[in-house]
Amino acid sequence: MFDTALSAHDLLFLAKGAGVTLLVTAISVAFGTILGILCGVFRFQVGPYWASPVTFILDIFRSIPLLIQLVLANAFLGMVLKLRMSGFTIACGVLTLYTAAYCAEIVRGSIGSVPGTTRRAGRSLGMTWFQDMRYIVLPLATRVALPSWIGLALGVMKDSALVYVVQVTELLKSTQILITRLQEPLFLLMICGAFYFLISFPIARFGGYLEKRWSND
Amino acid sequence: MIKIENVRKSFGQLEVLKGIDLTVEKGEVLTIIGGSGSGKSTLLTCINGLEPIDAGRITVDGTVVHDKSTDLNKLRRKLGIVFQQFNAFPHLTVLENVMLAPRKVLKQSRAEAEAMAIKQLGHVGLGDKVDVYPSRLSGGQQQRMAIARALAMSPGYMLFDEVTSALDPQLVGEVLDTLRLLASEGMTMICVTHEMKFAREVSDRVAFFHKGVMAEIAPPEKLFGAPEDPELQKFLAATH
Repeated sequence: MFDTALSAHDLLFLAKGAGVTLLVTAISVAFGTILGILCGVFRFQVGPYWASPVTFILDIFRSIPLLIQLVLANAFLGMVLKLRMSGFTIACGVLTLYTAAYCAEIVRGSIGSVPGTTRRAGRSLGMTWFQDMRYIVLPLATRVALPSWIGLALGVMKDSALVYVVQVTELLKSTQILITRLQEPLFLLMICGAFYFLISFPIARFGGYLEKRWSND
Repeated sequence: MIKIENVRKSFGQLEVLKGIDLTVEKGEVLTIIGGSGSGKSTLLTCINGLEPIDAGRITVDGTVVHDKSTDLNKLRRKLGIVFQQFNAFPHLTVLENVMLAPRKVLKQSRAEAEAMAIKQLGHVGLGDKVDVYPSRLSGGQQQRMAIARALAMSPGYMLFDEVTSALDPQLVGEVLDTLRLLASEGMTMICVTHEMKFAREVSDRVAFFHKGVMAEIAPPEKLFGAPEDPELQKFLAATH
């Protein structure tokens, strides 16, 4: 059907790129979520006034385009601080903070969605703040947060295409390399899109599955 | 014994408790009546330390509630409280709702907590609902579950904060029956309520709160039969 110069070796090259995309995303989403939960709980707990420095920093990471963050972070770490960090490390670092900034908002909103009266009932049974968080707030807030969090994870995965600017050859960059060589942009972009879909779809479905499983109550 | 001495409490400019003195003996059933904003619910949340107080002192079995050195989480095990809102934990089944605090707070074994939960759920008439989620229960059933949840901690005192106010009229009876049962078993109870008939029936003493002051306290026959305070007379006339 297609008359193409694409070889099995090239497909493997793309698959490797997809692997890098997946790895960068997994690391960033994992650490970003942990950091986001900490920041979100902190913001909820201390109120807007005391949390304002944290809020401000998170807002920076939410407001500035990721591409600019990556370039600036790369330049700052390498040229100003003279640190010899790999592009992969910088990419993961920046994407982690980027994820954390969005995740903190999701966490803050989800905790706020748990009725104060429900939490008060928990505390009045003698539960500590931590027990209330662990056994009442966490399960209830997770249900609220899940759809937004899945959206965030998928968003970060696609945004990770920008890490090519710090010399990380992920899926999109791999595709571009092949396009330059084979001159078959549409066909290659289709394959690239299919790879993205293959990664995203299970995550989205897994989210749907969890939502359904938790809806029994 | 719960001893309340000259307790004052303000929310901003509004003073909701203006020096309350009240002692509740072990085994006593005290009901508190009064209009909205009279401070009766606030007093309950002060007793278990959910709300700080501005002045005065509350002691429960000799422990000063608002003392900095008091472990409130430990104290609250003694003080079961049920609120107007049902406050079920929606992600847990009825049984798990009741078992949660005994397991995590009292560190009971699963078997121990489950046995206690089943006993208390049977006690409030929910023996056949242990495995359903709270969303499948009526308001009255949810409220009885909340009572069982508090009882599972084996508290020395039960505080009821307008537990029937959010219920449909036809569901009020089943919850009041549960309270009657507890009272007849000798549980020490403080009930904030708008149910005058119930207050008259179960109470050893009834207190009338008006604008942050305990205007009158007396056994029910006296308080309902021959009220002295003019505000109480007005209140009773309006509620009859």
